[in-house]
Amino acid sequence: MSAITHLQFLESEAIYILRETAAQFEKPALLFSGGKDSIVMAWLARKAFYPSRLPFKLLHVDTGHNFPEAMTYRDWFVQEIGADLVVGSVQKSIDDGRVQEEKGHNASRNKLQTVTLLDTIEEHQFDACLGGGRRDEEKARAKERFFSHRNEFGQWDPKNQRPELWNIFNGRKHFGEHFRVFPLSNWTEMDIWQYIRQENIPLPSLYFSHKRQIIERHGQLLAVGLNDERGNPIIPLLDEEKPRVKEMVIRFRTVGDASCTGAVESTASTIDDIVAEVAAARQTERGTRADDKRSETAMEDRKKEGYF
Amino acid sequence: MDLLVNPTESSLLRFTTAGSVDDGKSTLIGRLLYDSKSIFEDQLLAVEESSKRRGDAHVNLALLTDGLRAEREQGITIDVAYRYFATPKRKFIIADTPGHIQYTRNMVTGASTADLAIILIDARLGVIEQTMRHTYLASLLRIGHIVLAVNKMDLVNFDQAVYDKIVADYMKFASGLENLPNVTPIPMSALNGDNVVEKSDATPWYTGPSLLQHLETVQVHTETAADAARFPVQWVIRPISDRNDAKLGNLHDYRGFAGRMASGTFRVGDDVLVYPSEMKTKITGIHTFEGPQPEAIPQLSYSITVADEIDTSRGGMIVKSNEPVQTAQEFDAMICWFADKKTLKPRGRFHLRHTTNDVRAVVTEVHYKVNISTLEKSAESKEFALNDIGCIRVRCATPIFFDAYSQNRTTGSFVLVDEQTNNTVAAGMIMKSLGNPDDFEDAGSAI
Repeated sequence: MSAITHLQFLESEAIYILRETAAQFEKPALLFSGGKDSIVMAWLARKAFYPSRLPFKLLHVDTGHNFPEAMTYRDWFVQEIGADLVVGSVQKSIDDGRVQEEKGHNASRNKLQTVTLLDTIEEHQFDACLGGGRRDEEKARAKERFFSHRNEFGQWDPKNQRPELWNIFNGRKHFGEHFRVFPLSNWTEMDIWQYIRQENIPLPSLYFSHKRQIIERHGQLLAVGLNDERGNPIIPLLDEEKPRVKEMVIRFRTVGDASCTGAVESTASTIDDIVAEVAAARQTERGTRADDKRSETAMEDRKKEGYF
Repeated sequence: MDLLVNPTESSLLRFTTAGSVDDGKSTLIGRLLYDSKSIFEDQLLAVEESSKRRGDAHVNLALLTDGLRAEREQGITIDVAYRYFATPKRKFIIADTPGHIQYTRNMVTGASTADLAIILIDARLGVIEQTMRHTYLASLLRIGHIVLAVNKMDLVNFDQAVYDKIVADYMKFASGLENLPNVTPIPMSALNGDNVVEKSDATPWYTGPSLLQHLETVQVHTETAADAARFPVQWVIRPISDRNDAKLGNLHDYRGFAGRMASGTFRVGDDVLVYPSEMKTKITGIHTFEGPQPEAIPQLSYSITVADEIDTSRGGMIVKSNEPVQTAQEFDAMICWFADKKTLKPRGRFHLRHTTNDVRAVVTEVHYKVNISTLEKSAESKEFALNDIGCIRVRCATPIFFDAYSQNRTTGSFVLVDEQTNNTVAAGMIMKSLGNPDDFEDAGSAI
C-alpha cells in the first residue's frame, strides 16, 4: 500500500472535523460566504455526510456589499449541494440600530458583520459555526484551535485556549457559549487550489481574470461601479480619484465584502493558471485585504470581539 | 526551488521542533520557510518593520510565528504555532512549540500529532537538561523519529570531534529510554544554512543527508496497514429517504457507520466485531462520496455498512473479529497535567474523552510522578500541578474500548475534561488494563 497524498490526508481530516461538529453540537451551522474556502468546506461537508443531506444549514452573513457574481453563485451552489441557507443581513442590523455604519470614504462593513453574526447565532440558537479559516492566512489564526471556544459574548480568549491533542476535540460548553470550528485549519492557499483542481469544483467567475473598472487606493486595487441594494456606491470615489479610475485586467484572490476586497492584476483564466500564479506569488492572499491592514494585530482584535 | 507540490504523489510529514531559548529554533524554522519560499514579501516586510519599531538589532524571525498581541508585546511565545511549507516531494506541517513557559504542555500537544521531532542542541553547550526533557517527552508520546540538530557548528569551527562527542553523549542518555525513537544526528548552522537545505562544504566529514533531504525522504508511517484494524464510530449516516442514489442504490435502509480508519485495513466481506455489544457481523460496504470502495485504509474517512442490524453509535468501534480490542473500566495511564489554576488529586472526577467516546471517570490512585529532568519516579506527592507528568489509575463509569498507547496512538490516548470549567486539563496515554491480568504491560515501559 502506498502512502496517502497530502490532499487525501487534508480531506479526511476535514471530514473528521465536520462529523465531530455534527456529533458534538445540537445545532451547528456552516458559515458560507461564497469565497473559495467556504466553497471547499461545504463541498467537504457534502462528502462527510453522503448519502445523507447536510445535517446543518449554511449561514451567509450578507454585508450588502456584494459582488453580484458571488450572489448568483451562492444561490446556485446551495441548490447544487442540496443545502438550506440562512442569511444574516448587516443592512438589517444597521436599520434596526444594532450597529452604526462607518463614516468616511474608507468605510467598510467588515467590522459590522460581527454584530450581525452574533445576533444571527443567537436568533437561530446555533451552538457551533463552521468557518473556512486557515492557519496559514494570518498570524493570529496560526494559533487558533480547530474547536475554538467562544464565551457568552461571542469572544475569543487567545490566552485561554483548550489544548488539542491527537484526534480528540473538546466541544463541551456551558449554556449560552458557542464554538467556531475550522475544518480547513491545516490547509494552505495552495492546498485549496490544488483540491479545487483535483475535484473540479466550479467557482465564482470573480476568481478568474476579467476586465473591470478599478481605482487604486493605498496600494489596493478596488472595484468601482458596484452598488449596494439601495443603489448607493459601495466604494464612493473622491473627486480627485475619479480621473484615476481605469480599466484593468484583474482577478480576485479572495472574495469577501466588496468594500475591502482588493484585486490583483492577472491574466490567469483557468485553475491551472491560478495554481501556477499562486505558486509564484510573493504576496500573501490577505495582502489584498484592507481589513487586516488596520493594525498589526487587526485580526486578533476582531476575533476577540467575536469575528469569524 | 520549484515549490509546486505534486498533488498526486506528495505525502505529508508532521514534525515538531524543540529547543531551549537561544539555540536557534526560530532561525532554523525561518530558514526552512524562507528557502522553500514559504515566507511572502508582505510577511517579511511586516516583520522587518516590527523589528525596527521594537529596536531589534536584526530581523526577528520569531515575529513570524508570534502572532498574538501579548506575545509580540512581551517578546515571548505563548502557544503552539502551526507553520506550513512544501517542497515538490512533500508537504510539511510544523508544530512550533515555545522553549520556556508552559513548555511541557505545549510540547506534549505538538508532539501528539507529530511523526518526527527536531531537537536542537547548541554545539557549544552540548547535551543539557533541556535536551533530555525534550527527548523524554518525544519518547513518551511515541514519536518514532528524532533529528538531533547539532546547531551553531560554525561557532565551534565545524569540529568533528565536538560533534562526535555530543552525539555519543546523547546516545548514551537516550539508550536508557525504553521507547528510543530512530535518531538521526545532523551537524548544522541554521544561521548560515549549513546542512539545512543543501549539504555543506564546511562538514566534509559528515556523510549523511541535509535536514531537508532527511525530512523529504524519511519513512514515518506510525499507523500502518499492518496494525490491527480500528474504526471508531463518529456518527451514524441514515438518509431516511426512499431516494435511489446513483452509486449506492435505494437508500431506504441505508445505515452507515461514519468514521476515520485509525489503523489497519478493512475489506468488504471481513468478519468484524462491533463494540460496545461485541456482536459479530460482516462488512457489506465501504463507502465514500466517490462510491463503493474495495478497502478502507489508515487515516481516510469512510461510511461502513454491516450485514446485521447492530446497535452501535458514536463512541462505538469496529474491529476485525480476530483482533479484539481491550475493554475495561479501570486502567493505568501516564498523564501530563495541563491546568494552571487547579491541581489533580486522587478522587478527582472528570469527563474522559477517548476516541469518539465521552464517559465519566474518577482518578482512583496516583502511582507516581516523574521528574522529567532526572527521569526519577517519586510517590511522595500525590498532587499534580501544571506540566507534571506521572502515572495514575483511572476508573470509568462504563467500560471503554482501547489499546495500549504503545500499540496505537489513536485508541490508546485520552484527555480529561474538567467538570466545572469544561477545559481540557490532562492528556493521557493508556499503559495497561486492569480488566484482564493477561493485558498487563510493564508500567515502567513508558520511561
